[in-house]
Amino acid sequence: MTVLDTKDESLPRAEHPAAEAWRVFRSRPAALFGLLLLSIIVIVSLFGPVLYAVDPFEIVWAPLTPPFETETAILGTDNLGRDMLAGLIVGGRATLLVGVTAALITIIIGILVGALAGYYLGWVDDVLMRITEFFQVLPPLLFAMVLVTLFSPSLPVVAMSIGIVSWPATARLARAEFMRIRGLEYVSAGRSIGARDGRLIWRVILPNALAPLIVSATLTIGVAILFEAGLSFLGLSDPNTMSWGLMIGSGRQYVLDAWWVVTLPGAMIFLTVLGVSLIGDGLNDAFNPKLRER
Amino acid sequence: MTVLKVDNIVVDFATRRGNARVLDHVNLEVNEGEILGIVGESGCGKSMTALSIMGLVPSPPGNLTSGSIYLEGRDLVGLSKDEMREIRGNEIGMIFQEPMSSLNPVFTVGEQIAESVRLHENASQRAAWERAVEMLRAVGIPEAEVRAKSYPHQLSGGMRQRVMIAIALACNPRVLIADEPTTALDTTVQAQIFDLLEELQKSRGTAIVLITHDMGAVAQLADRVAVMYAGRIVETGTVEQVLTMPRHPYTEGLIACVPHLQPDPPEKREPLLEIPGVVPSLTELGDGCAFAPRCNRALATCTGRQPVLKTEGNGHATACWAVEAELENV
Repeated sequence: MTVLDTKDESLPRAEHPAAEAWRVFRSRPAALFGLLLLSIIVIVSLFGPVLYAVDPFEIVWAPLTPPFETETAILGTDNLGRDMLAGLIVGGRATLLVGVTAALITIIIGILVGALAGYYLGWVDDVLMRITEFFQVLPPLLFAMVLVTLFSPSLPVVAMSIGIVSWPATARLARAEFMRIRGLEYVSAGRSIGARDGRLIWRVILPNALAPLIVSATLTIGVAILFEAGLSFLGLSDPNTMSWGLMIGSGRQYVLDAWWVVTLPGAMIFLTVLGVSLIGDGLNDAFNPKLRER
Repeated sequence: MTVLKVDNIVVDFATRRGNARVLDHVNLEVNEGEILGIVGESGCGKSMTALSIMGLVPSPPGNLTSGSIYLEGRDLVGLSKDEMREIRGNEIGMIFQEPMSSLNPVFTVGEQIAESVRLHENASQRAAWERAVEMLRAVGIPEAEVRAKSYPHQLSGGMRQRVMIAIALACNPRVLIADEPTTALDTTVQAQIFDLLEELQKSRGTAIVLITHDMGAVAQLADRVAVMYAGRIVETGTVEQVLTMPRHPYTEGLIACVPHLQPDPPEKREPLLEIPGVVPSLTELGDGCAFAPRCNRALATCTGRQPVLKTEGNGHATACWAVEAELENV
């Protein structure tokens, strides 16, 4: 047995980096508020329709009734006399679903392209980056509108379109992280024990590149929700699925006479995006050791 | 028996200022259970020699232009990517300069050692983990079962270098390449790591290529030593030969640069010597000896023709015109 290290080191509790990140996240009031906000919205969207079983497409009262005038529709009715509250509760499902799906598509394409480009560099990088730039220079809203019109205005198509127009930014971020990490010594060390490229990319580099990508994915959810609202507003969403964007879109002509038809779903979108952004900021602090100590 | 034989390898790097010959006909031999020291200044090709042996010369811009590397008689240069990967970690292990950054921060050290095992052996998760703990114990880490579950940032530099050694040796390689394994560590820990390397070399019979600029380490550990300058080996022999009877003016200079403990009062101490000038740029090497511009014994021939390694009867070889002339005159 050789001489042991002379430095006396008490064994610290083994803390996984994720556990450490959660500890920092927990200490941020804004981040916790965001988490609370989003949790409430998600829970209401999931279970609200069970407790408040009103069909959001059913005409329940006189059109454009203001909030708090009738007990039948406590938050008023829209231009067709449909219950606003029911719409708000059910509409969150589609909005959140589209937001999360689009963010997932964004992150998957983005990581795939960015990882390969940033790891292999050379011609792989050239080809992938030119493709990325091609997608990046297209005006996103216009391109998404074209895609939705080309196929059908259904939720999967909307989510896919948003994903397709927003992945380039993630790809560039992933590429930059991969380029930075591939030159670090633990990657060389991985190579020196005979690890394959695939292993180095997905098991060695990706876990270390994940932090900024998670932050970006979270923020992408917010962007995607806004995007979905924008498309719905323009009438490019599934008219048979209630969503906040659809409510704003169908109520936009009446905004001067009936503020609530646009303001209420708008406020829901605002609160959701706020929650997502606060969580994103909190994650950013949690993953970034330089911001941690503040 | 020769385990590793580096035979006349040439490595070129394409740079903006032209071709740089990073390794110029380098020959090395490492015998079973032997420690070969490679010494030289930064940029002399020590690390590039290590990367060439590992088949990890960054390409582009690097390129192994000619030569062979034999591991137990098998030429590694022509091997496919997959065949070479099988050898890395399994038959040749490597430890790096910076133990602080050569471990993956998101996995526990036990997982990283186990990974090395599982890459080359058909071991179960459990068996690999047990081997990891066993390796940690072998490299002198206390409470190995607990430490195996630590993340790299929870360990000191010396501990991390021990872990690196454990990873490199987990598959019982024939050769271990240690690229300045103690540069980033403080002196006490350096000595511990050297002791550990020596002990492992004795108990496992692993041949070690020790790359360093620390003459003291070479004197303590190595059996034989090769001195490199500007991509060439300028002198090689046993440690006794090279350190006590250096032939090459560069080796003399390197040894004179090392401060030693002097009991004399300050006014009687000799000033520390230095080698004048700087290492030449590899893209601007002329036909002559690369060391000639800095050499205090340079002859007219030195700037005209490149000296080749001339071996004396006892195996001590030097590439220097001045030395050759001197030896002929005796």
